[in-house]
Amino acid sequence: MTYLLGLVMALTVAWFALSGQTAPQFLVLAAVSVLLSVWIAARFKIIDRDSSPYHRAPQLTLYTGWLLVEIVKSNVAVIARVWGPRHDIDPAMVSLRTNATTDLGKALFANSITLTPGTVTVDVEGDRLKVHALMREKASPASFEAMDRRAAGAADARKRER
Amino acid sequence: MTEALHWIGGGLVVIGSLLTLFGAVGVLRFPDVYTRIHAASLTDTGGATLALLGLGLISGLTPETLKLAFIWAFVMLTTPAAANALANAAYGSGHKPRIGAFQIIPSDAPRETDPEDADRSSSQ
Repeated sequence: MTYLLGLVMALTVAWFALSGQTAPQFLVLAAVSVLLSVWIAARFKIIDRDSSPYHRAPQLTLYTGWLLVEIVKSNVAVIARVWGPRHDIDPAMVSLRTNATTDLGKALFANSITLTPGTVTVDVEGDRLKVHALMREKASPASFEAMDRRAAGAADARKRER
Repeated sequence: MTEALHWIGGGLVVIGSLLTLFGAVGVLRFPDVYTRIHAASLTDTGGATLALLGLGLISGLTPETLKLAFIWAFVMLTTPAAANALANAAYGSGHKPRIGAFQIIPSDAPRETDPEDADRSSSQ
C-alpha cells in the first residue's frame, strides 16, 4: 500500500514537473493518466519494493556518479579501438558471479555492465552473468569486482539485514 | 555569462554528435554483431549524455532542463535493455563471432594461453 501511494505521488510530481499546467481540464487529464498508469502497474504486479527504490535513493545517486566516471573512462577506451588498427580488438566471453541478492541489485549490475561501452551482459541466470567484452583484459572477473560490490551495496545493503 | 554557457553548451552538443559519429564508424569497422554492439553503446552513453548536457546548458534553469534530465534518465534506463536483448538474441540463436575467443571463460578457472586459434579452426 505504501508503495502504491509512493507511485501515485511520484507520478503526480512527474506530471506537474513535465507539464506545468494547473487548469481544471488538465488536472482531470492528470488524474486519469496517473490512475491509468497505476492500474497498469498493478495489473503487471510490479508495485513492490524492487520497483520503487526510493529508500535507496542516496546510495543509488552516489553509485550513478561513480558509474558515470567509469562510463567516461570506457568511452575513451572504445573510441581508441574504433580508430585503432582494424584487428586491434580481442573480444571474449566471460562468466561472472554476482554478490547481488535482489532482482534490483542484479538488474543494476547487469545494466551497469551493458551501459559501460566495451562490455555487454548477454545473459543472467541466477547469480551468474555471461558478459561479452571487447577487450579480453577488461573481461577478467576481477575487473568487475568493484562494480559488483558497489552495485550490490547501492541496491540491496539494507535488504540483507532483514 | 549566458553567452559563455551558450558557447560551452554548443561545444558539448558538437562533441556529443562527434561521439555519435564515432559510434557509427565503429559499427562499420568492427567485424561482427557482438563487437558492433560495443561500438553502438558509444552513441547511447557518451553521445547522448554530452548532447543532452549541452542542451541543458543552453536552456539554462528552465522546465526544459528538467525534461532533458528525464530524457537522459530514460535513455540510461532503456538502452541497456535494448543492447542486452540484441546480444542475448544473437547468442541464443548461436551466432558465431568473426574474431576472438568465444568459449566462455569461467570466472574461477585459469585462462588458457591462446584459445583463439583452436576456436577459429573448430568453428569453420
